Amino acid sequence: MADAEKPDHLEIMKTFAHQMINVVPWAKELGFELTDVERGRVFGNLTWSEHLLGDPEAGVIHGGVVTSLLDNLCGAAVVSAMTEFQSTATLDLRIDYMRSSEKGRDIIGEAECYHVTRTVAFARAWAYHDTRDKVIATATGAFALNDPKRWSSGLSRAMSKEGKA
Amino acid sequence: MSRGAQLEAFLARVPFAQTLGMRCEIHGDEMTAVLPFQDKLIGNAAIKALHGGAIGSFLELTAMAQVFLLTELERPPKTIDLTIDYLRSGQAEDAYARAYVTKLGRRIANVRCEAWQAARDKPIATLHAHFLVQQRSDGAASP
Repeated sequence: MADAEKPDHLEIMKTFAHQMINVVPWAKELGFELTDVERGRVFGNLTWSEHLLGDPEAGVIHGGVVTSLLDNLCGAAVVSAMTEFQSTATLDLRIDYMRSSEKGRDIIGEAECYHVTRTVAFARAWAYHDTRDKVIATATGAFALNDPKRWSSGLSRAMSKEGKA
Repeated sequence: MSRGAQLEAFLARVPFAQTLGMRCEIHGDEMTAVLPFQDKLIGNAAIKALHGGAIGSFLELTAMAQVFLLTELERPPKTIDLTIDYLRSGQAEDAYARAYVTKLGRRIANVRCEAWQAARDKPIATLHAHFLVQQRSDGAASP
């Protein structure tokens, strides 16, 4: 991957990072956003909220919310690793839950794309409150790389239509 | 109250199950979960596909519900790990899921779950998960 080449779509991703929730309704519903985008690595934040709880007494956010965050971040990390824009689809995703999230605290998500082939990319992700040393959950997944001609224009359309704030 | 009624009452108290908008159709120890389509479940606005996380959450909750149905647990089983295989993109329509408890051990349940939309034989995603089913009473770990 030639870093010297201008990764146009990476700049677009960085610019639109905070707008992701406008083109991803489920992210908006759950209240998570992309906070930082680098080549092959992205960060996100999930705001603690009552409507996300799996165990209302303990105030613990449901695992499905963490799955949604990490799936989304892995996909974004894969896209950010490309030299040219390509859409991706999750092939599989494995989540390991290490500990419960703490009541009232936001969850930080971090994902990296660690290998890319012509057709598939591999990514892993972490969810935590403070640092990666004390993770809430980890994820690892394989992502199919789609033909960009199929709908990349559709995404740009959606971004220009709904992405402006 | 039947275990099915307990499950329904329980799901009604789980905020995230309400956020997702899923419900369970229970017939004895058999259950089909239903996820009515809503715009908020979309992950890709350009192609109107369901978010992988929404499908994953639906599968996980269905698997948890099935474990709940077959046990006497008072609290939701805790997820240890799960693997989701995405087979087809989820369309902007209702989804259904069924879970099968492959093994219900003393501490751990091994569960598989499958979600489909228009056709039962064309699943959109499958899940394989382990749950902690150890009963806790008075805050102490039971045998």
